[in-house]
Amino acid sequence: MTGASFSRYNTAENQEGPMPILMPLADEAVLKRRAEIVAALKRIVPGEGVMASEEAMRPYESDGLTAYRQLPMVVVLPETTAQVSAVLGYCHRGGIKVVPRGAGTSLSGGALPLGDGVLLGMAKFNRIREIDFDNRVAVVEPGVTNLAVSQAVEQAGFYYAPDPSSQIACTIGGNVAENSGGVHCLKYGMTTNNLLGCELVLITGEVVRLGGKHYDSGGYDLMGIVTGSEGLLCVVTEVTVRILKKPQSARAALIGFTASEDGGECVARIIGAGIIPGGMEMMDRPAIHATEEFVHAGYPLDVEALLIVELDGPRDEVDHLLERVQDIAKQCRAVTCRVSNSEEERVLFWAGRKAAFPAIGRISPDYFCMDGTIPRAKLPLVLARMKEMSAKYDLRVANVFHAGDGNLHPLILYDANKPGELERAEQFGADILRLCVEVGGVLTGEHGVGVEKRDLMPVMFTEDDLNAQQRLKCAFDDKSLLNPGKVFPTLHRCAELGRMHVHEGRVAFPDIPRF
Amino acid sequence: MNDNLKPSDITEVEQAIQWALAGGKTLEVIGRGTKRAIGRAAQWDATLDLSGLSGVTLYEPEELVLSAKAGTPLAEIEALVAASKQELAFEPVDYGALLGGDIGAGTIGGAIAANLSGPRRIKAGAARDHFLGVNAVSGRGETFKSGGRVVKNVTGYDLCKLMAGSWGTLAAMTGVTIKTLPKAETEATILVLDLNDVMARKVMTAALGSFGDVSAAAHLPAAVAARIAETAAAQTATTAFRLEGVAPSVAQRRTILEKLLSPFGSLGTLAEASSRALWRAVRDVTPFAASGPAGARDLWRISTAPSRGSDVGRALAEALDAEILYDWGGGLLWAALPAADGANAPLVRSTVAAAGGHATLIRAPAAVRAAVDVFTPEPAPLAALTSRVHKSFDPLGVLNAGRMWAGV
Repeated sequence: MTGASFSRYNTAENQEGPMPILMPLADEAVLKRRAEIVAALKRIVPGEGVMASEEAMRPYESDGLTAYRQLPMVVVLPETTAQVSAVLGYCHRGGIKVVPRGAGTSLSGGALPLGDGVLLGMAKFNRIREIDFDNRVAVVEPGVTNLAVSQAVEQAGFYYAPDPSSQIACTIGGNVAENSGGVHCLKYGMTTNNLLGCELVLITGEVVRLGGKHYDSGGYDLMGIVTGSEGLLCVVTEVTVRILKKPQSARAALIGFTASEDGGECVARIIGAGIIPGGMEMMDRPAIHATEEFVHAGYPLDVEALLIVELDGPRDEVDHLLERVQDIAKQCRAVTCRVSNSEEERVLFWAGRKAAFPAIGRISPDYFCMDGTIPRAKLPLVLARMKEMSAKYDLRVANVFHAGDGNLHPLILYDANKPGELERAEQFGADILRLCVEVGGVLTGEHGVGVEKRDLMPVMFTEDDLNAQQRLKCAFDDKSLLNPGKVFPTLHRCAELGRMHVHEGRVAFPDIPRF
Repeated sequence: MNDNLKPSDITEVEQAIQWALAGGKTLEVIGRGTKRAIGRAAQWDATLDLSGLSGVTLYEPEELVLSAKAGTPLAEIEALVAASKQELAFEPVDYGALLGGDIGAGTIGGAIAANLSGPRRIKAGAARDHFLGVNAVSGRGETFKSGGRVVKNVTGYDLCKLMAGSWGTLAAMTGVTIKTLPKAETEATILVLDLNDVMARKVMTAALGSFGDVSAAAHLPAAVAARIAETAAAQTATTAFRLEGVAPSVAQRRTILEKLLSPFGSLGTLAEASSRALWRAVRDVTPFAASGPAGARDLWRISTAPSRGSDVGRALAEALDAEILYDWGGGLLWAALPAADGANAPLVRSTVAAAGGHATLIRAPAAVRAAVDVFTPEPAPLAALTSRVHKSFDPLGVLNAGRMWAGV
């Protein structure tokens, strides 16, 4: 290992190219050995599994956060756990950085390559290994798409609950890395609540199995740590997920309000009445108008807030609770309230919400999708403050909100071709996330920290908080080779973090403390 | 001499741990000590008693969130949320009767540190799934936090998951934030009588794969059913299914389930109050209470794939005079075995290893728990990883050292 290469970030002066974020300094010694490294990787993964030409690597230069691009040193697409183990073991011995990648749909730059790193693509792990209806689990390889899991079990009336909006493309391995959510999290949880087991490979090449088809861990819940670790701890090679019986029925209500406060109150009162909807989504006026113009879902255009409340479960329960929801909506001064009376109608209610991002894409050359979570009751305050920020930065913003779980997705509209707009949009986004933390929320609800929110981490965490997390990384990855430059704003050496400062005889309380 | 340190705030917790670090001492970390008899028997120099950190600091029913100091009595929290028609959906357990201690005395911190969950685990998740935020002091004497007060949060590693089920070996939790959920308006239980363990497993599988939306499924063999008031009268094995929700929903699902179950045996029903009592008994494993007929037996808690539960139960019963209670649709076995020097650990471990899962020796004399692994031993690379994770929080092994495994 060369010392300085991972102890500090690159600086603006020595940075090559237009990358607007500072990444770990490239390890020149590794780059000099590139030909040798590529040859060694080709021996581990024969055939077309190793790609080193610029043309072949170009598709891997960014993920869903396309503002940041970087060609990797080499791309490797292993097919077996043994190959993953051999690749990681080789990189560990040689001090070579590794960036794991699923489908590359991350919106936070979690799979952004490193110029001196191996890009480890898991796309070839695309088999469903076992479906076990008796235990209500599916055992899948990490490159299987989220939607494919549900499709594989739907003939028996089952499905996999977490449904991020990228579910056609995103993979289960990426879902584990990001702890992906979706619109049903309040009732059905996130990825972490729907996993029972996994096989993973450590950077040393050691293969470890956690969990299985049984509930809970017999020791430390390491799967709970791996889930959402953004590729910084290990590479997952097999996942056992819970599958659920599809609800017998689902119906939705489309409720409009002339004030966002009324919409917020309605959400609170539905939950306060003991009703946990399968999905509860809110849109603000700009989002309503953009989506209605795009998909013609029949949304009212004269409202400030539109709420979709979906109830799922046994038929009698859904019908019963939908009556209660309508009563609550009236009490909260709803100006429109329609309930779906057919599956087609229910799907139509959702059509606008599901097309929200492309709809915004139509009305603006570029947009940033932010992802903070707030306590639900703070929504009116946050929307009001966002309006002020919109005026200050002179940029439009549209909001879609997972109202059930407080996850806010402000879409900041900008034009990258206009000088200064990208920078203003980034500052606007950072201000929104600071506001989320200020009102008791968090920086990211489901998109991950990645590189995008990395430098905002100190807004939420103290140095001790971050050190506790980084020491945990060291327990998995002693040389900080897995996906460095993501999540943590400061790079530390493990030895420095591990040091204990105990001064025998010089503490404030040499005798036993008496409380 | 075992000193008792009872801090009343976070600073005093930090001071206690720093004192231990400086003096090379070890600390036993407890809430109110209701689960003290669980774990590897080890010696500590002093006790860090967190029951002085008590009180609910935030409860917003409409936000489904509650924060409390770690030593807050569970009973206080449960009474508070019940007044808003809410509950802790993972059904925190009370092993007072099981372990021969006080009933109703546990703390929220202890419930989470042990990650023990009741019958609703199969539907609503474990304690760890309802644990949103933590404040804790590590074995380094440093205060840290993780998570928050919202359910959807992926900011940094989810250290809450790691704290849940770590039995106080990584950090002393000082405050926790948990999810609260609406309590079901009503409930009922359907009973199927006289099934053997294998049939019961098949019936539970069928019910859990149906539209019945079952929130608990347990099988009580005849000897076990006889020790619960609600199931004793039938004088036979009882397989029980709980339905919870609004009344029209429970009624509809009862019809669905009765139609599904009637071919398998004669059916019975428990109305709301009896249903609650039955599931409390299953949750707290009262048929194996310390003061009851199985009180002198060694008690194992086994988690396995639900479809393999009856295989594990049968293997143990063929080798020994075993009494078994099945919860979690067959995936959780409570196996009460005749007391033995080694608690029959080799038999239990090999049987569970064949089926997949883990086994914890929940009740046995201290001498046995000093000699036999209480928690499932981990294979080499995993054990090494566990040890590194432990050392990252508690490098000198100050907190509950050796409670899970030697050195951890």
